[in-house]
Amino acid sequence: MAVKFRQADWVEPLIFELSNEGRVGYQLPPLEPEINGSEDPLDLVPEALLRIKAPGLPEVSEIQVLRHYMHLSQMNYGVNSGKIYPLGSCTMKYNPVINEVLAAHPKILDVHPMQSDDSAQGILKILYNLKQYFLDITGMDDATLQPAAGAHGEWTGIMLMRAYHKDRGELGKRTEVVIPDSAHGTNPASAHMAGFKTVEIPSGPDGCVDLDALNAAVGPQTAGLMLTNPNTIGVFENQITEISKVIHDAGGLMYYDGANLNAIMGWCRPGDMGFDIIHSNLHKTFSTPHGGGGPGSGPVGVKKILAEYLPVPDIVEKGGKYRLNWGKPKSIGKVHGFHGNVNVALKAYTYMVTMGGEGLKESSELAVLNANYISRKLKGVKGYELTYDPLKPRKHEVVLSAGPMLNDTGVSALYVSKKLLDYGLHAPTTYFPMIVPEALMIEPTESEPVESLDAFIDAMKEINDLAYTNPEEVLSAPHNTAVTKLDEAKAAHPKTICLSWRRFCQLLQEGE
Amino acid sequence: MSKIHPYLPNSVPEIKDRMMEEMGISSIAELYSDIPDDLVYKGKLNIPGPLAEAEVKEHVAGLLETNATLMCMPFMGGGVWPHYVPSVVDEVVHRAEFLTSYTPYQPEISQGILQSVFEYQSHICELVGMDVANSSLYDWSSAVGEAALMSSRANKKTKVLVPDLMSPYRLSVLKTYTEPAGLAIEKVDHDEETGLMDLEDLKEKVDGDTTAVYIENPSYLGFVEENAEAVGEIAHEKDASFVVGVDPTSLGIIKAPGDYGADIVCGEGQPLGNHMSYGGPLLGIFACKHDNKYIRQMPGRIIGITETLKDQRRAFVMTLQTREQHIRREKATSNICSNEALCAVAAGVYLSLLGPKGMKELGETILSRARYAQRKIGELSGVKAPIFSSYHFKEFTVNFQHNTLKEINKALDAKHIQAGIPLKSQFPEFGETSLFCVTEVHSKKNIDALVSTLKEALE
Repeated sequence: MAVKFRQADWVEPLIFELSNEGRVGYQLPPLEPEINGSEDPLDLVPEALLRIKAPGLPEVSEIQVLRHYMHLSQMNYGVNSGKIYPLGSCTMKYNPVINEVLAAHPKILDVHPMQSDDSAQGILKILYNLKQYFLDITGMDDATLQPAAGAHGEWTGIMLMRAYHKDRGELGKRTEVVIPDSAHGTNPASAHMAGFKTVEIPSGPDGCVDLDALNAAVGPQTAGLMLTNPNTIGVFENQITEISKVIHDAGGLMYYDGANLNAIMGWCRPGDMGFDIIHSNLHKTFSTPHGGGGPGSGPVGVKKILAEYLPVPDIVEKGGKYRLNWGKPKSIGKVHGFHGNVNVALKAYTYMVTMGGEGLKESSELAVLNANYISRKLKGVKGYELTYDPLKPRKHEVVLSAGPMLNDTGVSALYVSKKLLDYGLHAPTTYFPMIVPEALMIEPTESEPVESLDAFIDAMKEINDLAYTNPEEVLSAPHNTAVTKLDEAKAAHPKTICLSWRRFCQLLQEGE
Repeated sequence: MSKIHPYLPNSVPEIKDRMMEEMGISSIAELYSDIPDDLVYKGKLNIPGPLAEAEVKEHVAGLLETNATLMCMPFMGGGVWPHYVPSVVDEVVHRAEFLTSYTPYQPEISQGILQSVFEYQSHICELVGMDVANSSLYDWSSAVGEAALMSSRANKKTKVLVPDLMSPYRLSVLKTYTEPAGLAIEKVDHDEETGLMDLEDLKEKVDGDTTAVYIENPSYLGFVEENAEAVGEIAHEKDASFVVGVDPTSLGIIKAPGDYGADIVCGEGQPLGNHMSYGGPLLGIFACKHDNKYIRQMPGRIIGITETLKDQRRAFVMTLQTREQHIRREKATSNICSNEALCAVAAGVYLSLLGPKGMKELGETILSRARYAQRKIGELSGVKAPIFSSYHFKEFTVNFQHNTLKEINKALDAKHIQAGIPLKSQFPEFGETSLFCVTEVHSKKNIDALVSTLKEALE
């Protein structure tokens, strides 16, 4: 294969290793004489708490800092700078530049969250409208924008479930949250953090919820069910109405994990499927950038019966004036120090009006088209298999199994992923969902032109051919990235674990 | 004419048709054919648009313009503070390679963000005097919640002692976080004169069930918790963890919590190169000692050093993932996955730019400016500032003896000044009191304008 991609490799030192005593990268404006002369600032700190030893931060000039981080950025891969980012469940769609331009407006950046409502009418109106649009898309009655990420939203949602049962005096007996084995790992973790025991139910032969298994697991002890629809294999749970009925009949609540909302906007709404609580990831469906791990935003929508438990404050409108409402006696309290990731919410709002209602629907349709295009074009390729009812259309993502390839050649899903990096393509999510062996979870999103999809498909086919003819070339991947394959065990080993520069220096001294 | 949206490359009819033809379908609706009819949404999404970029810009910027134009940055803190953000910070965090990447699941192609976040962890360790920091939590509030939960996992105890003057918002989040785990939050009294934690009351309340004693330094009301070390000793006598919450801009001049006995440090990293943005995104700092009892219980993502397998080159990777939700599911130490990574990168850039001298100078500048403002306001008649006699850092309380906050704020509004968080609903016992904040962004001119406006309002 001809080299099609080469990532920058700067062999960049740690910023601490660039330090030279006396250098500075920033200077503060001087104090005015009237302020400067009056008191020695060091007399203003109690002696016992005066910092004697300066923090061991690097001493570097501005250009060194800038170049250092520029070099590092070149050793990173973003959806806007790469070629395709088909990371399943993460909805890596285009992050529009105009969103960033508007989110850098001084009248959002320099606004303090405790300013008077009167002085923040613009941002309050944006948040209020965003909430309305979110309710419209999801079919819910009320929402909070406070959670700072999807998992934060999940936990907030389950805390609402908790408050609901508690309010009815049933929390003592409703101790279990039912979760399919195909669920995102955050689901059981969030339910546990909200104080519930989790009950896992096996998926049926079609990869969907097995109604018999569900019925067997549900009872008076059930607080609710957590489900994503379409589910993590990208298939629509078409028995969702029956599923909701089972849960509601047992007195439980339906929780919708909105990670996969990008598949269905304008086509169907979680609120109509019987869900009582949902979260959505603005950094997935609504185009806000993920920043290498965050900030995200995870608004939570609820049906009327749960609105009174939502976190405070709430944004309310009266006569065209917007204000924060703190008066909710049954609220679960605050889940964020202030009002959530407002700057992220602004980007999502910008995206929504850039697309409009119809544009959002078309986005979902094209996301689904793109995923199925990949699925159909890779059909029949020997090493990959579409498990769970291959005839069923997928939604926004398709999960292939590299099981046949592993069996035949010893090349696993991990190495397919690593080899894809050599083409300048990001890898799919691997080894998730757990119900698919050797899973490659592919979510191209609507942003990808068919040319990128074809490049991905061709690479997947070439890797398949290589696996069967020259597996060593796949197993030694990646070659064209900044670094080759890493020793992940060493990073976690108790003797060698090193999580800071401080520890690095200690280990050097100890000669490790 | 039906318009092709610039974000939707395959919406061109010929392209879409060709794709469908190759797939053997005749309409996209076929791909939705498995959705039961009664669930198909018959309405239209009621969202305005599509708007062209120029229209979007006018619309959104127009809405933002209706936010008040202020004389200067707000004199407000309480967990989000106005600070100057150097241009290099914004330049770095706007790099598409950082901004538009996901969590670094593929480390070989993600060394940039991995090394940057590792450096952030390292910066934080230096600043707070700890060995290990995670790659961030949502904010200070959630970091306190996670600290309490982690402490409880580590020592299997359930009572958390907190200062009665802690931030009520952080307290609210702490309660929400810990209620399901059955932790009891109990307040420790403050000294009437100084505001400092009442050590006698602490000694009475700390017992064998106490998992952690928490202080904020500087405190929510701005004073330096002078007895921090003694608080830690009292906690340790009962084998409780000593948890300290910090404003990192104070740590160029105030002792690192690691140097006065802290076991876990949390705090708010927003002032390190992140804008206020109406309160988010923020940056939850979380750090601890290199002690396996704590490390294996830490919440959130952590970046570690490793090597390439082939040629033993230094490289970075997410590590200790067996603590996390995608592997441990319900047994995970926390459910957090997306965090505030890019805010952490911003903090790393900021701390690299300032360095040890810059952080000291920042601390001194803030102290001097805040002290000047506090003195000038304190000299006004009918005002007590601050209400406690302790040393203060950048925030201080202002009590209005003959005026209501409503009157004061009305006068300030008229001069386009936002100053002081009203404490009346948070701490009614302090009467008409506000929490003011002054940092390096407030010039003498700004402060003088604030003081003269207050003076007029008081007359």
